[in-house]
Amino acid sequence: MPSAAGPRWRRYVSRLGLSVLAWLTVGVFMSAFLWMVLTALKTQADNTAVPPVWIFTPTLENFRSVFAGKSFGRYLFNSLVVGMGSTILGLALGLPAAHSIARHRQRGLALAILFARMAPFMSYLVPWFILFRHVGLIDTYMGLTASHLVISVPLVVWLMIGFFEDIPQEIEEAAGIDGCSRVRCFLQICIPLSRNGVIATAVLTFLFSWNNFLFALILAGPKTETVPVAVYSFLSYEQIDWGGLAAAATIISFPALVFIFLIHKQIVRGLTFGSVKG
Amino acid sequence: MASHAELTARAPLVSGRPYKRKRDFQTRVLFPAPALFAIFLLLLFPTVYNVYMSFFNWYIANPPEFVGLGNYLQMFLRDERFWGSIGRTAYLTGITIPAEVILGTAIALLFGQRVMGGRVLRVLFILPMVATPVAMALVWTMILTPTGGILNHLLEQIGLAPSLWMTHPRTAIPSIALVDIWQWTPMITLIVLAGLESLPEEPFEAALIDGASPLQVFFKITLPLLRPSLAVAMMFRTIDSLKTFDLIYVMTQGGPGTSSETLNVYVYQKGFNYLHLGYSSALALVLLGLVFGTSLVLSHFRERSWRY
Repeated sequence: MPSAAGPRWRRYVSRLGLSVLAWLTVGVFMSAFLWMVLTALKTQADNTAVPPVWIFTPTLENFRSVFAGKSFGRYLFNSLVVGMGSTILGLALGLPAAHSIARHRQRGLALAILFARMAPFMSYLVPWFILFRHVGLIDTYMGLTASHLVISVPLVVWLMIGFFEDIPQEIEEAAGIDGCSRVRCFLQICIPLSRNGVIATAVLTFLFSWNNFLFALILAGPKTETVPVAVYSFLSYEQIDWGGLAAAATIISFPALVFIFLIHKQIVRGLTFGSVKG
Repeated sequence: MASHAELTARAPLVSGRPYKRKRDFQTRVLFPAPALFAIFLLLLFPTVYNVYMSFFNWYIANPPEFVGLGNYLQMFLRDERFWGSIGRTAYLTGITIPAEVILGTAIALLFGQRVMGGRVLRVLFILPMVATPVAMALVWTMILTPTGGILNHLLEQIGLAPSLWMTHPRTAIPSIALVDIWQWTPMITLIVLAGLESLPEEPFEAALIDGASPLQVFFKITLPLLRPSLAVAMMFRTIDSLKTFDLIYVMTQGGPGTSSETLNVYVYQKGFNYLHLGYSSALALVLLGLVFGTSLVLSHFRERSWRY
């Protein structure tokens, strides 16, 4: 929107004022993260001090105890395995489906995928529990990864339809004339051409899996427990170790922080896609 | 498509049409088949199984006993906790969605100005919605702890009364709503920002020439033009809000008592704490119905706003 016309200095002042306001707003939203990091860097004594201390000697003790005390490394590994497994499988299943929907304008299929995205987890969680127990998939990487496909497949399809639609059909037709099969054309032309989209989709899919709590709460066990469930168990201690909890929360939020700075634009497109265009 | 058929008819012995049809079969049917199979196996089949289970008195230890519509009759006629959970679901959604839409739009309008460091601002602002919800719920539990929590301390510093936050039945849901608003306002901001960037320039230029006030421009031009984006944003947020779980489970487990137990949390408690699986299935189907009912109503609203 064009801003109101006026003398140069007045425009400058109003821009400055708006900037300060915008930064204050973001500051309010960021203060929760600030407090998380500060708590993580304090000793337990500093954390329980009344009134709260603002000036203190930072310590990495909480991070050390998180990694030393419980098998936190193991939980990180579990989250990584399940996250990467469900992302790779999700891409393998979702990319061809998205391509097909984009090329053949299969609205029905797109709706089915949207349906899958909207259905509450709770509407199939009890049957899952029974069926997974029946076939011995409780507390296995395979079971947990499979459960995360419910998130990753619809997400991959939903995000990638738009990216595939952006590729001109003529390119694929030209490749077809040159004797390129549809499968090769898809693998060697469409996917490389929508590389950015695939990367953003992979990152978002991984994050969604990384963040998932409910599935691991029900389907994981001592062997496959993921970080969100492990972090949650911090609350059940007799006296809550706020420093350790904050350190764990900081560690678990780290991938999100890195990814949004690396591929911000694609993530925004991914998060808002389907809401703006479709 | 005709030109496509001609182009693909390369070999003189094979006519174009069957060749094309064969290739189309590949991309039309075989490409989406694995994904659809996965969704069928993991989502559709269990949901149908859920319908089946809802007709049984199904505790985990005992053999299931067929009760027909018994679970549903029990739920609708005699279960006050169920009706309470419906009310609380509506209460939570009723606070969060309007707050997020108004706040999110306002912030989008602010970010839409030429703000210094706007790029960094926008990157930081999406952090609440991509950071792990369980971790964020824990951090907020820490911030909102009534005695020794930082927020009550700050409130006292500026002379306001401290609150019991999620430890008191009356403030439990508003506390959860507060965190939900913190987490999801950025979503509305992103969508509205995307909407703002796609707006045509002309109406604004015309309004400027006609000497319209900023408020008039906002209510008469910006808002109506943004309506499609806002409607879609609201639809997605409302549906997700009905399904809120991590926040509530971590912050209150539905308590104190049942004062913050939404339908989604009640389904979980019935199924996995009381192990009353059949009844939980019936509750879950009501939730499913609620989600799809809402999406139908809202998509109807969206259709109308598209036609604007």
